[in-house]
Amino acid sequence: MPATVAVTTLLQEKFPQVTPRASLDLEAVNVPPADVIAVLKALRDDHGFDMLVDLTAIDWAEGVSPRFTVVYHVFSTTHHGYIRVAANCANDELPAMPTAVGLWAGANWHEREAYDMFGIKFDGHPDLRRILMWDEYPHFPLRKEFPLAGIETPLPDPDVVAETGAKAIAAPMMGGPFVAATGEINLTEAEPRAKDESWSEVREKPKA
Amino acid sequence: MATEFSFPDAAAKSATAEFETEKMSLSMGPSHPSTHGVLRLQMELDGEVVTKCDPVLGYLHRGDEKIAENMTYNQFVPYTDRLDYLAPLANNMAYAIAVEKLAKLEVPARCQAIRVLTAEMARISAHLLGLGAFGIDTGAWTVFMYSFTEREKLYKLFEELTGARFTTSYSRIGGLQRDVPEGWTGRVNAFCDQFLPILEEILGMLTRNKIFMDRTVGVGAISKADAIAYGLTGPNLRGSGVPLDLRKDKPYSGYDQYEFDVPIGTKGDSYDRYLVRGEEMRQSVRIIRQVIAKFPCGPWYATDAKKIFAPPKAKILTSMEELIQNFMLVTEGPQMPAGEVYFEAENPKGALGFFVVSKGGGVPWRLKIRAPSFCNLSILPKVCVGNMVSDVVSILGSLDFVMGECDR
Repeated sequence: MPATVAVTTLLQEKFPQVTPRASLDLEAVNVPPADVIAVLKALRDDHGFDMLVDLTAIDWAEGVSPRFTVVYHVFSTTHHGYIRVAANCANDELPAMPTAVGLWAGANWHEREAYDMFGIKFDGHPDLRRILMWDEYPHFPLRKEFPLAGIETPLPDPDVVAETGAKAIAAPMMGGPFVAATGEINLTEAEPRAKDESWSEVREKPKA
Repeated sequence: MATEFSFPDAAAKSATAEFETEKMSLSMGPSHPSTHGVLRLQMELDGEVVTKCDPVLGYLHRGDEKIAENMTYNQFVPYTDRLDYLAPLANNMAYAIAVEKLAKLEVPARCQAIRVLTAEMARISAHLLGLGAFGIDTGAWTVFMYSFTEREKLYKLFEELTGARFTTSYSRIGGLQRDVPEGWTGRVNAFCDQFLPILEEILGMLTRNKIFMDRTVGVGAISKADAIAYGLTGPNLRGSGVPLDLRKDKPYSGYDQYEFDVPIGTKGDSYDRYLVRGEEMRQSVRIIRQVIAKFPCGPWYATDAKKIFAPPKAKILTSMEELIQNFMLVTEGPQMPAGEVYFEAENPKGALGFFVVSKGGGVPWRLKIRAPSFCNLSILPKVCVGNMVSDVVSILGSLDFVMGECDR
C-alpha cells in the first residue's frame, strides 16, 4: 500500500534512527527504546494512528541479545491503516521500556500484562502491578525458560497455607496428557505426545 | 450564590458530625451474578457512590499463549473456542485467517462464504446472550428466556454443522472441518425468517421499557476520545459514536461483497451500547441472507495447500501420498514461513487479534492474543467512578465481556 509506505519515509525524515522492520503484512519499523514514545506520539498526532490496539513483548530466548522486544500495533480509526512499532529492550537481564500510558490510557493494562508475563519494567507506569497472576507470584511465565508444566509455587495467602498446608501444584502428568518437548531438537522429537502410555485397560496405571 | 450554611447551635453541629461518612471498601466478585464469570471489582464506596474501582483479573487465566508456543498451529484451534466461548465459530475463523496470512494462503470462495455465515450466526448467538444477561442485570427476566430459546435453535444448527454445540473448532487453517450438510443453508434461512419477528419482540421488551431505560440511559457514558484512548472495539466503540467496523473498513473473508450498515450510538451510554447490539443482529441476518443467496460452489478448503490442510479421510486410508501427507501434518504441524503477522477480526465483543511470530516450522514462536474484552474492561476504573453501585451492574452488562478471552 503506497499510503503506509510513505509513513516510514516520513518518520525517517523526523527520526533518522527509525529503520524498517521485516514483516509479512503490515508496515513495520524498528525504533531505539529511547525514542519509542516520541515516535508513537508522532504517529498518533501527525499520521492519524490514534488507537493502540495491541502492546506485547517477544522473548527471543535466553542467551540471545537483544532478548526482549516490545511490539506496538497502532491503528487509525480514520484512514484504517495499521503500523507495527518494535523496540528492543536494552538490558537483557532487567528489561525496561518507557511507558506509553501518557499517550494512550489503554496502554496501562497491556503494559501490566507484559510486565506480568515477561518482567519488562515500564518506566513511568502509574501502577505497574501484575494483572493476570497474583501479586506475590515470583515467575514470569511467558519467558522461554519457564516450563509449560509450571513451577510449584506456594499459595499467595500465608494464612491459608499455614491452615491447610496447601500448595499450588502443577496439573497431573506434568502439564496434561499431551506435552511438547522443548529445547534445541528437531520438530519430530518436539512434537506433542502423550506422556506415559505404559498402562492400558489390561495393565493397571502405575501409582503416581 | 449560596452562602455557607451555618449551624444554629452546637448540638446540631455535633449531630451532623456523627453522620460523617467514611469510605467503605467493597469486593464485588469474583463470583457474582453481574460480573458474568470471574471478574472481581475492588471498589471504594462513599455511601452508594463508587469513588474508586480496581478490576482484579486472572481468575480464568490458563496460559493460552504459553500453550500455543508448545503445540502446532493446528492443535491450537480448539483452544481458540475457549477464548470468547460465546462465539467460538468467530474465534476459529479469526485464528485461521491469521495463520493463513502467515502462510500467504488464499482459501476458496465457498470456504470464505461459510466462514462469514458461521461468524454472523455466532454474532447473533453472542449478542442474544449479552442481551439476555443484560436484561437480567437490570431486572428483566423474560428477555433472557426469549433470547435463550433462540440461541438453542442456533445451537441445533451449529451441532448439525460441526458436531458440537459449544466448542466448535470449525474453521481450520486452510479450510474448514467439513462442508455444510445438505439442506443446512435452507434451515438457516428458515431460522432467520422466524427469528426476525421474535427479535423485534425481544427488543420491544427493553427498548421502551421504563425500568430498563431508567437503569441505562445516561449511565456509564463513554466519550469518543476515551473509547479510542482505551482501545475499545466492537459495539462498545460504536456505541460511543465511532463508526469503526473491521468488516467494513478492513474487509476480510469476502465481507466486502455483502451489504450491511454499521450502527453507531450518539451518547455512548449503556443504552446506546444496547441499541447498537440490537441493530447488529438485524444486520447479521441481512448478511446471512446475502451469503446464502449467492452461496458459491467449488472446493471448501485450499486444495493446493498440501503442507497445511489435511487431505480427505477417505484418501488417507487408500492412498500412500495422502497418508504420508497426513502423517507429516500430524507429527510436524503445518509448515509456515518465518515472519510476523497481525490480524484482527470483528468479533461479537470487538476486535479479536492474533499476533503470530514464526521462526518457520509447525510451532509458533510467540502467539499473542489481543482480546477485545481485556481492552474493553480496561476502561472500568474510569467509567465506574461517580456512579452508584447498581449502575456498575448496568455498565458491566452493557460492556458485554467474556472472562474466558479476557484472562486467556
